[in-house]
Amino acid sequence: MANITPIRTKEVPNGPGAAAILAAGIGSAAMGIFALAGDAFTSLNHFFTFYKPTGGLSGVSTSAVVVWLVAWFILSRRWGEKNVEMVKVVSVSFALLAVGVLLTFPPVMDLIQGK
Amino acid sequence: MEISFRDLMTVFHGMGFGALFMLAFSAALAELYRMSAPGAASVPTIREHNLLLLYLSVMVVLAWGAVLSGAYIVYPWYRAVVPEGVTDLADYPKFLLTSSPKTSAWHSLGMEWKEHVAWLAPIAMTMVAYVFAKYGPALAKQKQIRTAVIGFAVVAFVATGVAGAFGAFLNKYAPVRGGAMIEIIAGEQEGQ
Repeated sequence: MANITPIRTKEVPNGPGAAAILAAGIGSAAMGIFALAGDAFTSLNHFFTFYKPTGGLSGVSTSAVVVWLVAWFILSRRWGEKNVEMVKVVSVSFALLAVGVLLTFPPVMDLIQGK
Repeated sequence: MEISFRDLMTVFHGMGFGALFMLAFSAALAELYRMSAPGAASVPTIREHNLLLLYLSVMVVLAWGAVLSGAYIVYPWYRAVVPEGVTDLADYPKFLLTSSPKTSAWHSLGMEWKEHVAWLAPIAMTMVAYVFAKYGPALAKQKQIRTAVIGFAVVAFVATGVAGAFGAFLNKYAPVRGGAMIEIIAGEQEGQ
């Protein structure tokens, strides 16, 4: 019979997981908010044009990724060794994810802008 | 048998990264659930844990590969501006679609949704892979984290599905073509 080594599960605080989950929610919401802002305001679309051939999408996506990583870094530093209230963190993360999904959907973008 | 350079890059973006990422989802979700479900029948071995971690890491690379190749290689060709005097829009997919009310929504709904929503997938999958690396089977004891991981993974799957489906339709109505022709296999001409 093969020698199977089961994994020993040590107690890891929930803080690092909470930080990663909330940061993913923040990054998703940032993507939706920046996409809407770039679509609604021509000046912001120009600002988001980091790479001309890709247009505003280059800045919208890069900015959202930067917001996500910065949020993850800050939250990890604060919660790295702690246990946090996960129900709240997960609820807020799902709400932020929903914001990201909704604001990237063109009919919702148009509705908000009154188009 | 030949293919244009832009067609080939579009295939790498859609099939090489996007479709492989989609295909990997069902197994990843099933394994994540199986390994971390409370009361799982068996404790995963180190080998099983490392294998799923490697699998999730490859998915993260595929997800980032799909969005980056889409945004920085294929999309610039898609949205290229029509030079003055050019009337044949075949090489300018965005303008080809928006030139007719029968096809304009493929751009205004399809491309505009796809180009943004797709970015949620790599962000979510990077988080999923990190959390699995950090907790592994201990996720069974962290019900809320497990719910979030599976929830974000499902949304990543749906976002990729939207991007992939619209990508396929857009490439049908206004394919990204052009560039040097690459001969894959030299064919023979059939007789009269």
